[in-house]
Amino acid sequence: MAGLKLTYDISSAEDDFTRAGEASGSVKKKLRQIGYNPEAIRKVSIAMYEGEINVAIHAGGGKAQVEIAPDAVTMVLIDHGPGIADVEKAMQEGWSTAPQEVRNLGFGAGMGLPNMKKYTDSMEIETEVGKGTTITMVVKA
Amino acid sequence: MIVRDVIDILEAEVVYEADLDAEILSACGSDMMSDVLAFVKDQSVLLTGLVNPQVVRTADMMDMHCIVFVRGKSPDQTIIDLAKERGITILKSRFRMFTACGRLYDAGLRGGCDI
Ligand SMILES: Nc1ncnc2c1ncn2[C@@H]1O[C@H](COP(=O)(O)OP(=O)(O)OP(=O)(O)O)[C@@H](O)[C@H]1O
Ligand SMILES: [Mg+2]
Repeated sequence: MAGLKLTYDISSAEDDFTRAGEASGSVKKKLRQIGYNPEAIRKVSIAMYEGEINVAIHAGGGKAQVEIAPDAVTMVLIDHGPGIADVEKAMQEGWSTAPQEVRNLGFGAGMGLPNMKKYTDSMEIETEVGKGTTITMVVKA
Repeated sequence: MIVRDVIDILEAEVVYEADLDAEILSACGSDMMSDVLAFVKDQSVLLTGLVNPQVVRTADMMDMHCIVFVRGKSPDQTIIDLAKERGITILKSRFRMFTACGRLYDAGLRGGCDI
């Protein structure tokens, strides 16, 4: 279904951690403006924010493509970072490779990917070690 | 409970004032942002010892109206500007996390989850 397409660059947390989350914030604002279903807005906001933070802290940045259609919001997060060696483990609550510096910033509880799964209607992870990760999430309106 | 009650109970200083009459129905205390994001509850206050802009972004994603920085930690201008933009009240309390949460609990506020 044709929808509104938005693209965002996500910078590396090392370059600018303050701005991590800007893409999600702007998608949230857009959805509010067009009067999208509030429950769907919250799910999109949380899932995309977690995904954006992961791209910023674990993958050195990347980009986000978001499509807003009347029946669903599709979010695609693309990075060329280290990839995820064991997706099954990464999906477990509490599992994290975040170093102490990242924990000091309030991340590394190992809850991000489980949250993304929980708040979306579908989530698909394509990843290759050394090449990068693409995560596609859909939230129905 | 409204934000003004939280200010009294925590003997807090108002760092940025948005809607002080906003209703508060639950609370969440954590220094790990994904832990906060795992908790979905309406009209909640966030208590944290973490001081960086991601705290405001997290609260915004959760539609929270009020953030309390515990242990007297002071947010910087970047944090205050972000809170202004999002309409979130920022408070600062000298109490430590345990005491701040305990005071709110004592006053009848709950976690909003079963556990
Ligand atoms: N885009 C990514 N690129 C490379 N590794 C990733 C990526 N996203 C997640 N990971 C890996 O998966 C692990 C689990 O991710 P998850 O988001 O669940 O937790 P976290 O980011 O470590 O902590 P939290 O999200 O709770 O702050 C990460 O520690 C990291 O090793
Ligand atoms: Mg994460």
